[in-house]
Amino acid sequence: MYNFGTIYETTSVEDALRLKKEHPQAHFLAGGSDILIKVREGKLAGCDVINIYNLDELRGICLEEDGSILIRPLTSFTDVAMHPIIKQYIPVLGEAVNQIGGPQVRNIGTIGGNICNGVTSADSATTLKAYDAMLEISSIDGTRVLPYGEFNLGPGKVDLREGELLCGIRIRKESYEKTYGHYIKYAMRRAMDIATLGCSVNVTLSEDKKTVTRLRIAFGVAAPIPIRSTTAEASANGHAVNEALLDLVSEGALADVNPRTSWRASKEFRMQLVKEMAKRATKAAIEKAGGTING
Amino acid sequence: MAKKDITCTVNGKVRTYSVDVRESLSDMLRGQAGLDSIKHGCDVGECGACTVLIDGKPFNSCIYMAIWAEGKEIITLEGLSDTKGALSDIQQAFIDEGAVQCGFCTPGFIMASIPIISSETESSREEIRRQISGNLCRCTGYENIVNAIEKTQKKRIAEKKSK
Ligand code: FES
Ligand code: FES
Repeated sequence: MYNFGTIYETTSVEDALRLKKEHPQAHFLAGGSDILIKVREGKLAGCDVINIYNLDELRGICLEEDGSILIRPLTSFTDVAMHPIIKQYIPVLGEAVNQIGGPQVRNIGTIGGNICNGVTSADSATTLKAYDAMLEISSIDGTRVLPYGEFNLGPGKVDLREGELLCGIRIRKESYEKTYGHYIKYAMRRAMDIATLGCSVNVTLSEDKKTVTRLRIAFGVAAPIPIRSTTAEASANGHAVNEALLDLVSEGALADVNPRTSWRASKEFRMQLVKEMAKRATKAAIEKAGGTING
Repeated sequence: MAKKDITCTVNGKVRTYSVDVRESLSDMLRGQAGLDSIKHGCDVGECGACTVLIDGKPFNSCIYMAIWAEGKEIITLEGLSDTKGALSDIQQAFIDEGAVQCGFCTPGFIMASIPIISSETESSREEIRRQISGNLCRCTGYENIVNAIEKTQKKRIAEKKSK
């Protein structure tokens, strides 16, 4: 038995938004793999929830007319990883969420919950950040669109205002077209573990595969929130595909991150991981794009 | 506290249960359906001892709300044996391979292994390990569990081919 206050049931998104306006203290209950644990631990004991898990209109992935990919927030990690649209256009996102927990957790955990939770270690966050995802956030009064880059305000704190619910995650065509990504999760165990550090890189190369036209790189657990390294990106854009590029990306990343010491790893170790994983993920992304270092 | 009627298919039979809306699926299935193969190991989604299949996929029933089960098709370990209670091949393989010691984790491992033993193609041991990576065992050291799953998968694929 879970120690909940009131459980509000919903039959539509509108219903859920109306309930949230009436009961601002209530938490949305999606897959529950964070909230239910916090209720058990006592941190959220007695809380009120608005149950949205059954709202199938918030589930699924589709390719829209303008070419953008719309991921609805209740889509489970398993369904993200298995979806043909993700496999074809952003396979790195599937690879990233496939490293969360174990099979049972991936069946219940939702991609929307993962990012609304606001933790720096969220495995989906780095890749969505590196692809400039746009968030569609609704309240009963309307919908606003926010770049995911502006969503995380602090550890566990996101820009969801009173009455709001994340209703869509959109990746625009120019963000994924001719773009190849790679994600590395460094953790102590190969399953059921939280990242010590996560790094997601994607690249677009010139026709002849000799120059980087666009590189985007994001890290998890390298700062209080998932971040992009703009320094690394600026030095990589327009650069030739070679060893020197990898060093520049790695140096740029080190300049932008700010990891802390936790029981999982020291700051120093995390800096070492940033340095090495930036290089390895960049190299792998370039190879997926058809480029060769020293080619 | 609020009560609600939940209708779902459990081990092939349509059933309606009157649940407290705060109950987990494991509470409902153990408490009202008497399906004691479901174990409360950790109750927070870490150990897999409460694994059941919902619409064919493994879920931890301890972190699945009973109210979410409306209209779902649920299979527990009890649903694997035939009507006379004879063990299924995967259960027998766990016995034959010595994959059971205290047995607390066993129903969860068996349910987590169903998708992989039903697959059309052979899996590597690495893939089998990945499929059961959401389940913990304190006794066996896992090797014999992987053996039992591997053996059952091979057997089923061979049976399909010979048909
Ligand atoms: S009892 Fe459900 S995962 Fe441990
Ligand atoms: S046999 Fe004892 S926990 Fe697995």
